[in-house]
Amino acid sequence: MDARRVPRTVTDPKVRQVGFFAPVAPLDGSPSGPLRPTTPSPPVSGNSLSPVMIPLPRHLSSDNAPLSPLNAGGGDSFLPVGSYNPSEFSSPTATEDFSEDNFSKDTGWILNDNSGKIATSLTPGGADKAAVKQNTHSASGLTPGITDGGPPTEVQKEQAPVSSMPLKEKTTKAERRALQEAQRAAKASATAGGSKKSVAASAVVTSANANPKKVAKAPPQKKDSSSVAASEKRAGDRQTDKDRKKDVPHPRMQFDDEDRVEKAKKRSVVKQTEARNRVELFRHLPQYEHGTRLADLESKFFQLDPVHPAVYKVGLRFLSGDISGGNARCIAMLQAFQESIKDYSTRLEKTLIEKWDLPAKINGYVSFLIECRPLSISMGNAIRFLKTQIAELPLTMSESEAKASLLSDINRFINEKIILADKVIVRHAVTKIRDGDVLLTYGSSSVVEMIFLCAHELGKQFQVVIVDSRPKHEGKMLLRRLVGKGVSCTYTHINAISYIMHEVTRVFLGASSVLSNGTVYSRVGTASVAMVAHQFHVPVLVCCEAYKFHKRVQLDSICFNELGDPDAIARVSGKEDINYLDDWTSSENLQLLNLTYDATPSDYTSMIITEYGMIPPTSVPVIVQEYGGEHLWI
Amino acid sequence: MATEIPQSRQNLDPQISLYYQTRAAHHAVVTNDWLAQAQAAVGHHPEDAVSENSSLKSAGGEESGNGFSVVNEFNNWRKQPDLAEAVAAIRALASVIRSSQATTMMELEIELKKASDSLKSWDTTSISLTAGCDLFMRYVTRTSALEYEDFNSAKSRLLERAERFGEISYKARKIIAMLSQDFIFDGCTILVHGFSRVVLEVLRTAAQNRKLFRVFCTEGRPDRTGLRLSNELAKLDVPVKLLIDSAVAYSMDEVDMVFVGADGVVESGGIINMMGTYQIALVAKSMNKPVYVAAESYKFARLYPLDQKDMVPALHPIDFGVPLPSKVEVEMSARDYTPPQYLTLLFTDLGILSPSVVSDELIQLYL
Repeated sequence: MDARRVPRTVTDPKVRQVGFFAPVAPLDGSPSGPLRPTTPSPPVSGNSLSPVMIPLPRHLSSDNAPLSPLNAGGGDSFLPVGSYNPSEFSSPTATEDFSEDNFSKDTGWILNDNSGKIATSLTPGGADKAAVKQNTHSASGLTPGITDGGPPTEVQKEQAPVSSMPLKEKTTKAERRALQEAQRAAKASATAGGSKKSVAASAVVTSANANPKKVAKAPPQKKDSSSVAASEKRAGDRQTDKDRKKDVPHPRMQFDDEDRVEKAKKRSVVKQTEARNRVELFRHLPQYEHGTRLADLESKFFQLDPVHPAVYKVGLRFLSGDISGGNARCIAMLQAFQESIKDYSTRLEKTLIEKWDLPAKINGYVSFLIECRPLSISMGNAIRFLKTQIAELPLTMSESEAKASLLSDINRFINEKIILADKVIVRHAVTKIRDGDVLLTYGSSSVVEMIFLCAHELGKQFQVVIVDSRPKHEGKMLLRRLVGKGVSCTYTHINAISYIMHEVTRVFLGASSVLSNGTVYSRVGTASVAMVAHQFHVPVLVCCEAYKFHKRVQLDSICFNELGDPDAIARVSGKEDINYLDDWTSSENLQLLNLTYDATPSDYTSMIITEYGMIPPTSVPVIVQEYGGEHLWI
Repeated sequence: MATEIPQSRQNLDPQISLYYQTRAAHHAVVTNDWLAQAQAAVGHHPEDAVSENSSLKSAGGEESGNGFSVVNEFNNWRKQPDLAEAVAAIRALASVIRSSQATTMMELEIELKKASDSLKSWDTTSISLTAGCDLFMRYVTRTSALEYEDFNSAKSRLLERAERFGEISYKARKIIAMLSQDFIFDGCTILVHGFSRVVLEVLRTAAQNRKLFRVFCTEGRPDRTGLRLSNELAKLDVPVKLLIDSAVAYSMDEVDMVFVGADGVVESGGIINMMGTYQIALVAKSMNKPVYVAAESYKFARLYPLDQKDMVPALHPIDFGVPLPSKVEVEMSARDYTPPQYLTLLFTDLGILSPSVVSDELIQLYL
């Protein structure tokens, strides 16, 4: 997995150690043997997350004038940039002696060596972190506010995207927890104060990724923050590392891009802590510790002004998993928006433009919902539709008319695109069910359930095989409902899929979305079912409403996905004696991955049933093109 | 006569597909030249009694006889074996518009729908007939001008589109023949299956362009259409070799490309054609030989079979030459479905398409 990642920028190369290696303890201040000049240092055992990064090439660091004094002043810590020098290890302590101004520079500079011990955070937060590390290293406690040094920090940033991994080894769990607490406190105070410094304080990673501009912003605020200690060490601390795509705009937020994460945290309503022990390959996706958010949000129910109570309720239900499934979430969200639009009243300004801040409010609601649970593609399309409708309202409309029009638009959307579309899909699909068929389905899709019930009502004789999987066990609810209506069902787990497939005549699958190259994006496990069915020459029918189509193209399940709660994998409900993984977070070599979606290539799909008829997977872009515009003038 | 279709017009034996009966009747005649004279023989079908009556009627029959006259008209057209059934249907439907006495657009459309339904029910197993009628309806009514003009000009507009569609369909074969000339190179060997008039047109045009190629012709049991085709080709001075159906894999090495026609092109891009096509396509694909399908665009049907049995069954009597014990079952299906992954290209009057384009075209037409 690690070997696949390629260093993306010259300034920020990363190398992961692939294979088995003994964890090194470079933090003990002595030059450690295992650290070899040419190989990247092994990831620090204390932190399972970030790989160590290759220090910057010499030429980059030499560009920075501020460095030179360091060289002179470094004394015993003088190092030719870019080369390995065991004496570096003593430098952390040395840096403490430097003036605040020099500090960050120094740390940045220090990063240039191969040891990669010290994370430099180019952000002041990073500086703090480095300071913290060094503090921990020297066990001198947390020094407040190293901060400052704005420009030097920027410079440093350029140079030293290195993880503080080696230092981390020193920090014990207790210390990390202390840091977390302090950090949370700082954030709490910050949010109370509403200042930006809280953001800086809460910056997850200090490093490399931040834009120099952002860094510049942060330092001033950083100065006074006592949250220095808090700043870094988050649980599972995301290191700087990662990609420093400084000026490349991201279509979606990549969570390994630090400055954006910081910005998002600034605006976030929901307080969440990053999860521990994150899997390397999925660092670009957000993962938070489950369980911390719900209680927090519930307590804040009456205090969150920016969020309408209906939206808040829906968000909580998403968070707790009460509502799941593309259609259900979309409808719930749209109905919550309807409530909020009903209660909306314009501000008292004169012109419609100024007083009509509904789009901004909707944006706020959407960010809140994203924080509760990342949006599904169907929800994204619905939001885009709503925003287009809002934007197209004529300015001459009165407020009540506008609101009524929006409400009816949303009703129409739900009706036409979801409810009626489902009916048409069912009508098409039942023609493909013959007497004597054995139909297989995976998980629980609302459309597939409707198809089976309708075919049963029409009197067709068929059997259903429901394939289910951990940890959600969504098939159980489908099983219960179908058996309740008298459909003869078989229930099995996904491990048995190749065993049972030879008896199956058709496979019906639901989808969260179908992408433009015919890839079906659906619940994790769908791809396996489709592949096995293809191998057995069983036709695979994917049932999906057209509003879920998207013009994006996805080739694998990695670049865009949703990470669920890893604890759900570790626990087996009902079997409490299986508790081997109870303390998986403390093990540095173990990461748990709970993916929510996967992508099925178009070769494994025989046909896609939409309300526009039965189409081959190759025709999806035509539908997106022809009918996608209908969102605009629906 | 009532607007109902006379019993004689129905399938003589509901088990047997009339479509293939008709084709068999056509194939019984050896050459094109005989057809004119053989018309009488064909015309002695039981339905002729009725059709003679109808030919006495004027084309613009009474309104009550419209449904009747559509099928009549259709049969008139259909008598020319060289004319595809769907084209005959399209022409018949165009004449319905011409002879219609409706005074409003709604009425006209209802009439058209009725006529189309009666034509389709005449033979439910013929895919090209159904597809042709459906496409005609969509094409003709798909003009927004219908709403704005007064009735007469709208009607003439419809008629214009109908005739244009008829012309396009009629000329489709020539267009396809032209387009496919580039694919036949000197010294190539072509494997042909089933008697498709489109493929014959392609080969005839190639021969007229002085291309040197030879043709392997499968026997095409039980129709033995291959025999007729080989006869036709021999007359064009094209070297022909006749293969029994089982010898296809044996000879596939020497073959450069496979040419087939289609009874219908389905939404997935696959084709429904005479029994044996799927087999040949499988062999060709495994030996990396391209399979080209020559099909007119009115054959694009809104069907999507998932497997061989997912279609309306069309049965065809098979004469084994010896009496069989009654306990022995016979697979009488006359056609099979070839999935799109075994086809290389479709030659249509819309151009040379890849199989996945069929659905795109249908979506845009059924917008």
